[in-house]
Amino acid sequence: MAKLIVDGNEIEVPAEFTILQACEEAGAEVPRFCFHERLSIAGNCRMCLVEVKGSPKPVASCAMSVRDLRPGPNGEPPVVNTRTPLVKKAREGVMEFLLINHPLDCPICDQGGECDLQDQAMAYGVDSSRFAENKRAVEDKYIGPLVRTSMNRCIHCTRCVRFTTEVAGVPDLGAIGRGEDMEITTYLEHAMRSELQGNVIDLCPVGALTSKPYSFKARPWELAKTESIDVMDALGSAIRVDSRGREVMRFLPRVNEFINEEWISDKTRFVWDGLRTQRLDRPYVRENGRLRPASWNEAFATIASKVGATKSERIGAIVGDLAAVEETFALKLLMESLGVASIDCRQDGTRLDPTLGRATYVFNSTIAGIEDADAVLLVGTNPRKEAPVLNARIRKGWRQMRTPIGVIGENVDLTYDYAYLGAGPQTLADLAAGKGAFFEVLSKAERPLIIVGQGALTREDGLAVLATAAKLAKAVGAVGEGWNGFSVLHTAAARVGALDLGFTPKADGLDVAGMLAPGALDVLFLLGADEIDVPEGVFVVYQGTHGDRGAHRADVILPGAAYTEKSGIYVNTEGRPQLANRAVFPPGEAREDWAILRALSDVLGKRLPFDSLAALREQLFAAYPHLAAIGEIAPADPAALEALAGKGGALSEAPFASPIVDFYLTNPVARASAVMAECSALASGALKQAAE
Amino acid sequence: MAVRRLAPKELQPDSFAFTAENAIWAGQQIAKYPEGRQASAVIALLWKAQEQSGGWLPEPAIRAVADLLKMPYIRVLEVATFYTMFNLEPVGKHFVQLCGTTPCMLRGAEKLKEVLKRKIGEEKHVTADGKFSWMEVECLGACCNAPMAQINNDYYEDLTPETLEKLLDDLAAGRPVKPGPQNGRRASEPEGAITTLSDPSLYDGSQLGAWRKRFEAEAAEKARAEAEAAAAAPSAAQTPEPAKPKETRPEEKASDRPEVRVAEGKAPIAQGAKDDAAPVVPDEHKPALLSKPRDEGPDDLKLIYGVGPKLAAMLNELGIYHFDQIASWNEMNLAWVDQHLGAFRGRAVRDKWIEQAKKLATGWRPASDVGEKPEE
Repeated sequence: MAKLIVDGNEIEVPAEFTILQACEEAGAEVPRFCFHERLSIAGNCRMCLVEVKGSPKPVASCAMSVRDLRPGPNGEPPVVNTRTPLVKKAREGVMEFLLINHPLDCPICDQGGECDLQDQAMAYGVDSSRFAENKRAVEDKYIGPLVRTSMNRCIHCTRCVRFTTEVAGVPDLGAIGRGEDMEITTYLEHAMRSELQGNVIDLCPVGALTSKPYSFKARPWELAKTESIDVMDALGSAIRVDSRGREVMRFLPRVNEFINEEWISDKTRFVWDGLRTQRLDRPYVRENGRLRPASWNEAFATIASKVGATKSERIGAIVGDLAAVEETFALKLLMESLGVASIDCRQDGTRLDPTLGRATYVFNSTIAGIEDADAVLLVGTNPRKEAPVLNARIRKGWRQMRTPIGVIGENVDLTYDYAYLGAGPQTLADLAAGKGAFFEVLSKAERPLIIVGQGALTREDGLAVLATAAKLAKAVGAVGEGWNGFSVLHTAAARVGALDLGFTPKADGLDVAGMLAPGALDVLFLLGADEIDVPEGVFVVYQGTHGDRGAHRADVILPGAAYTEKSGIYVNTEGRPQLANRAVFPPGEAREDWAILRALSDVLGKRLPFDSLAALREQLFAAYPHLAAIGEIAPADPAALEALAGKGGALSEAPFASPIVDFYLTNPVARASAVMAECSALASGALKQAAE
Repeated sequence: MAVRRLAPKELQPDSFAFTAENAIWAGQQIAKYPEGRQASAVIALLWKAQEQSGGWLPEPAIRAVADLLKMPYIRVLEVATFYTMFNLEPVGKHFVQLCGTTPCMLRGAEKLKEVLKRKIGEEKHVTADGKFSWMEVECLGACCNAPMAQINNDYYEDLTPETLEKLLDDLAAGRPVKPGPQNGRRASEPEGAITTLSDPSLYDGSQLGAWRKRFEAEAAEKARAEAEAAAAAPSAAQTPEPAKPKETRPEEKASDRPEVRVAEGKAPIAQGAKDDAAPVVPDEHKPALLSKPRDEGPDDLKLIYGVGPKLAAMLNELGIYHFDQIASWNEMNLAWVDQHLGAFRGRAVRDKWIEQAKKLATGWRPASDVGEKPEE
């Protein structure tokens, strides 16, 4: 710890703090453009100048550490001033230089209203320019379908370059040329290839990099801001939904140190146009092979007549990937009251089973815990596609601590170096038996982390793979006091919540594969389940948001609310319940899903015992108390892993394959999005680069 | 400075690959840097690529260098566009870089520019025959010979419009030209007669160097005083120790005199004898030597850590070709060989050759071709 005096207040900070951090600690605000807490220090914008007593010139506070400050002649603490006339003059000088080449196009700039340069020019700018020469003009660059460039505005802070190089790990951006002629671009203007590239829009302190899909759509001050949770992957990243009227205009990340820090994936950020297209806005009923618009009562009556004529063992229900806990709970109660045993939430066929204990299906180490791990093994997962933000965490650990990482599964570019151990379960079994060099690495590690992905579990021998992984975790001491390194990475936002509720087949019930076998069922409820093929001859009730595969197959369509249109609890892969809030209303006659199920239950004569969301939650929390602690993880009992490790089972030879074939098109919302479609085409190389 | 862009697509070659010779050179440059720091060789490699491509850097070369160094393409492009010595567009066979910075400008660089414009054409344009292109550059650091220009790798200084014109004509005609000052000067000494520092009293010590006389007088006085003090105090009188302990001083033996050695059929001067008087290992400890390698051919002695091509040749000359030869020695054999290694004396013992050779004789090979350093 080091003492220093900032603006007359004596404070004590760790010696490795920069002066800028120390000033913030002391409550002094220091303007900055290039400095960012999560990126390396560049020190090139010079906006953060402060006065250090004894130094003849102002000092760039972001690049000097407190340790390097000299004490006074009699050992007094160093003195830093942030509000003296010298500091003000210095910053005004810097601002004047920055504005020399910055265009005065704020009225047509998308960053207007949320621009660091604009804000700080209010404090340090002058009203006119002494620069009589022409301003620099820079050609705009094509860097992909997501980020619009307006390079006249660039102030060369290099945040975007540092982000893509350090955090995203896909060093596409760079600064070519030098001095005034420096330009930010990709190599020969190819599109950026990172799944996290959208974050450079947030990082850009000016309007040089803005969102392409959102460009010229809205001004920040006319948007309603709702804090919510993302459902594009199972992380539950914290987002802010910006909406205007009935429309979601954009998604921005919120800071959540436990999950996404301040990054979100491109799918999370740019999927919003999918919320407007292909929407189901009224009920439909299939008549003579064609769907026709119907009223709610008609739709319910059709379902009631069909369900009333069907035996309960011929009825099934499947919950999809985007359902909140509330509607899953409502559907479960409804199915129980109908005596239906065939219910399932695992439409991808994962072999996870809640009856084995919660520790066997959540990310026990927690996402923040990835940084604490000193050895990581990825089993059957491609986190870059399944959870890009989590992948950035693994990369962070690798960058900072050189964490050894082993991979069993696909040999793909994960943005960090890893030891490729093998492709399939046999490698895992060998490892669990103590063979291989990586076993040594894991067992020597104090906090080894084993991440099991759905690629290892959505297969015939999924349970055996899970058990082998648990055996390995036990063998290397990954499960112990204060550390549980056995972690399951999910791909669906609804999954852990549904597993917590036990939305799996009851005794004699069929699982997803069983229900989808031809002739197994007569009536099937799909709650947003689109990633399955329903055989002919089944009466399908589809409740969801988009005209996707499920709706095309449906006999009755009940239009529901998307995740921005309802208040709902989502449990992320760590087992952390989080609350998504309603930002806009569902379109047309669509309703919140729990309410649809409540109304349907009435028509079916099995009225669900709640009339409001509050009443539903009251019952939900009574039955599952851990869901009431929003944002908190209820630690899972690691004893379940002990039992799991004891389970055997035959392992097949087939290599693990990630369940995500196309990162940009994993769910109905993304599939309805034109932006995602373009990204997907670009990623698969089908689309020629737009620069041409 | 202006924005520098890569040459347009139609000028770019389809591909680039280092020639075999340059590839070896590139490998040597990369090997200079420690593991994980290979990117440090980027400037050297780009420079070589530019040389190979006729003075400019085509886009495929940037990619080739990036691939070689495992760097992202953009990182190499950053370097190539940052340094103005990398020409991103084709240049003439004779690439004239005319200095236009203040001293050269004051001495007539503007006139030279007109010559270049007249004879070659616009700046940064290659003549139709491909022989010339020119460019104005910033200071090249030869201001004392201003005005000047760099043509390919050489400086041509003290130019006048006439000499420059002649120079260009000579180059165009393929006549030999002389780099350096073009006005008869050899370097940057004054033109014509010396006009400064000509006073002879500067050099006789009367004005400059008086301090030296003072120091010499003071030193003599001090030495005298010390000698007197020593004489006055006999109890403190001691024989001064020689600067080097006596026993390690080389003593010239009669047998070591060159004429005697020649008469005995040895080299005129004992190898390494000048600074070393370690006990001479008698020839009875000479190990078994071969006149030529055995039939299967010599072993690569360079695999012994510390043995380079020079030392390996020396060993071969002595009659040592195989690891198992060395492996069979005892300490005295090793010492005998060691004293025959000339300037490398001491290496054999220091680098534990016997130990290394025993390992190598088993067929084990080190990871690196310079060998593996023996443990201390």
